[in-house]
Amino acid sequence: MKWLNRQRALLDFALSSLRRRLGKTLGLALVYTLVVAVLASVMLFAHALRREAALVLAGTPEVLVQRLVAGRHDLIPADHLDAIRGVRGVKSAEGRLWGYLFDPAAAANYTLMVPTDRTIEPGSAVVGSGVADARGVAPGDLMSFRAHDGKLVQFRIQGVVSKESALVTADLFLVSEGDYRRLFGIPEGRFTDIVVTVRNPREVRTVAEKIDAALPDTRIILRDEILRTYESVFDWREGIVLLLLSAAILAFGIFAWEKASGLSAEERREIGILKAVGWETSDVIRLKAFEGMVVSLGAFLGGYLLAYLHVFHWGAALFEPVLKGWAVLYPDFHLTPFVDELQVATLFFFTVFPYTLANVVPIWRAATVDPDQVMR
Amino acid sequence: MLFQPAIIALLLASGLAALMIAASVPFACRVLLRWNLASGSEDQLRLERRTYLVVTLLKIVMAAEAAALVLFVFNADRMASLFTGAMCAVGTLKVDSWGFPALYLKLAVFFLAGMWLVLDAVDNKGWDYPLIRVKYGALLALAPVLVAATLVQAAYFLGLRADVITSCCSTLFSGGGVTVTSNSVAALPHGLALSLLAGSLAVALGAGVLVLWRPRLGWLLALASAAAFFMGMAAIISTISVYVYELPHHHCPFCILKREYGHVGYALYVPLFTATLCGLGSGIAAWAARRPSLAEAGPKTARILAGWSLLGFALFGVISLWLIVRSSLILFEAVP
Amino acid sequence: MIHLSGVKKAFNQGRANEFWALKGIDLEVPAGKVTVFRGPSGSGKTTLLTMVGCLARPTSGRVRLHDRDISALPERFLTDIRRSTFGFVFQNFNLLKGVTALENVMIPAYPLGGDHGALRKRAQDLLERLEMGPKAHSLAEWLSGGEAQRVAIARALVNDPQVVIADEPTANLDSDRSAQFLDIVAEMKGDGRTVLMTSHDPLVAEAGVVDHVVTMRDGVVVEQR
Repeated sequence: MKWLNRQRALLDFALSSLRRRLGKTLGLALVYTLVVAVLASVMLFAHALRREAALVLAGTPEVLVQRLVAGRHDLIPADHLDAIRGVRGVKSAEGRLWGYLFDPAAAANYTLMVPTDRTIEPGSAVVGSGVADARGVAPGDLMSFRAHDGKLVQFRIQGVVSKESALVTADLFLVSEGDYRRLFGIPEGRFTDIVVTVRNPREVRTVAEKIDAALPDTRIILRDEILRTYESVFDWREGIVLLLLSAAILAFGIFAWEKASGLSAEERREIGILKAVGWETSDVIRLKAFEGMVVSLGAFLGGYLLAYLHVFHWGAALFEPVLKGWAVLYPDFHLTPFVDELQVATLFFFTVFPYTLANVVPIWRAATVDPDQVMR
Repeated sequence: MLFQPAIIALLLASGLAALMIAASVPFACRVLLRWNLASGSEDQLRLERRTYLVVTLLKIVMAAEAAALVLFVFNADRMASLFTGAMCAVGTLKVDSWGFPALYLKLAVFFLAGMWLVLDAVDNKGWDYPLIRVKYGALLALAPVLVAATLVQAAYFLGLRADVITSCCSTLFSGGGVTVTSNSVAALPHGLALSLLAGSLAVALGAGVLVLWRPRLGWLLALASAAAFFMGMAAIISTISVYVYELPHHHCPFCILKREYGHVGYALYVPLFTATLCGLGSGIAAWAARRPSLAEAGPKTARILAGWSLLGFALFGVISLWLIVRSSLILFEAVP
Repeated sequence: MIHLSGVKKAFNQGRANEFWALKGIDLEVPAGKVTVFRGPSGSGKTTLLTMVGCLARPTSGRVRLHDRDISALPERFLTDIRRSTFGFVFQNFNLLKGVTALENVMIPAYPLGGDHGALRKRAQDLLERLEMGPKAHSLAEWLSGGEAQRVAIARALVNDPQVVIADEPTANLDSDRSAQFLDIVAEMKGDGRTVLMTSHDPLVAEAGVVDHVVTMRDGVVVEQR
């Protein structure tokens, strides 16, 4: 009880001390908040992207089979489907048709694809929101492209894919199988690649190895590997940005040290008086520590909130380009807010810990003034 | 190396901690050689003033190390998705041979640092700083452990490569397998594990009560706490975790921290670790009570710490029991 | 009650500007009496007061309080003893600016962890006893010299000390206020407290309430009455 009372009394006094020096306190708090906000923004953004990628990939098939010729991706024959379906553990195998279509009018690449979940009328197309925006088209409009033999192929826009899935659908151009083969000159019996679903998730690797053994001219890509790669890339990018920001953290540390060391004459006098009237060194250290804690807490919460708003409400305007990658067609999408405990803890280590350490020596120096100082 | 933010943060924190403690070592030597409380000379006064700085720095370092331990495990768990075959923290730690040593060293730092803080708190209650030489001698012993922990952790992180295939916990913790850690522990028969646990908890609780009555017996509680800690960990790995997962061959001690198991791992580990630390601390306080200036404060501290230790161990016992009872898994035929 | 034997105090020891403020003091301060220390500036009377009042440790020599040797106590315990045994009134009052009179009085008791409400009441009572009740919530910088001193005295008394030490208490006061101050001293003596003061002022040294006068010069005691 006594201990609690003591902490409360010291905390009260710490708050009143901060209030008495509001100008200096606010100045420091502002810088601190900004540092936290910037770091938190990076972390929140990267994490949200990671989660989006994971969510998007979660629905995709576990195994992708591509044919390689001289180390390059080539079309895969339909009879490979039978070989794959023959492997035990395979639930289903489908051939996919997709490719890239360059549109000179927009100077952009579209992903041309034959969808598996719906049928498109021959002569029609469903486009992604990015395509619609880039060419300024709406359902009912016409778009023409040159086929592989130079002849013009026309498409009537049937619909636009909803903006909500823009992250993965912005540049899509969905057509019927016939139109696809016509446009690119790909004969029947050939697919771009084959996707495979596996019955038991634990056996994905074994199944993949069997397919690999059965079809030596292919390469097998596992969904988990894609996921891992994405995670690594995002981690790596996030890490690089944070490292670059480490200069900011260092500067902040120095700033905090300076502020803490630069005790005004009034502050020095106050501490001298406290020591003279019966406060021990550890009491003064505790007082200053509380002051630091209050500022840290305020800055941390404020900074995090600011970062949250920045990333999830204002679209992370400040560093979208670095973390997302470079493209002509920017999908305009909103990230799902997600707060992660690991992240908060990491952020804490990046900001509060260096701040606290930077303050220790100045606080100590101030607190160890001799009690009889006021009398000299 | 992986450029993950949590890794960078952990390296930063450990690095700073190691730096701080290394900087305190020359001071510790000076205290051991020149400390003389009876002298009022300015040198002595300066030494006394310096102790405040060192202790404050160390308190921060130790709090950070405790938090870093949690972050380390948490992060290892998160990173599991980056490694083929790793399902949880165990897989991540096995990627590199430095993984588990890093964890063990961090655990050692946690306990040693906690004990040092108890030593410091007790020392401050004596009017002649009775334990000052012991304290700074202990610091000289703690410093290399902390530096080693930092270096091993760094070696571990530097050795991480995202695509290395590693074993996941089911390979490590099932009955067969050829790995070093915990294998024999996982194979411990359930009945034996639980009875040993119950026994060691009973001894610890008994010792705690004894200390409340006769604080001089603190050393008994310290020993009992250490024993209970190891038994507790063994029981968690061999039996309690099995009840939580409801899978007879899943023995991983880290998966119980995950969200899908309601984070019960924390409810087990926090009381266990706290109780052990308090028990060890109580032993230290009781030992220190022999000094005349601590004749009153020493036993009092020993009692308070014993009280917390009792609470912790009791909580651990109750929670373990509850986890076993509520589980749908039945391991013993006789249990209804 | 307080015994000093062979007390010496040096500043900047080992450096070029080494200075010995006290060069061997043997003194006994009786309990329940009012003692005044006189002497020119630089005579060491203020330093002597810091030794007596546990504000600092002697470089050599022994200080005994109630037969307990306190010269080798580390700051932590010295402060503890000082808090409960001594109350200080400084020459320039040393009140915290921006803080009310009431809170100024309560501050020395914060680290003791006592009940806040009881502390507040005690502080209020002390201020009222010194006729500062109505000004309890004024900020320290708005108080006049005499008022500030009374707040300083209340602060010195908040932990109910046995000894009150005042450094040049009448230096910043006119004759009326000085007389008032000596009345307060008499009151404290009546309460059973020991009062120690340093002063240049002959008014103080010759006052009726004073029991002993110690004269100092160049770090040694030259006369005791």
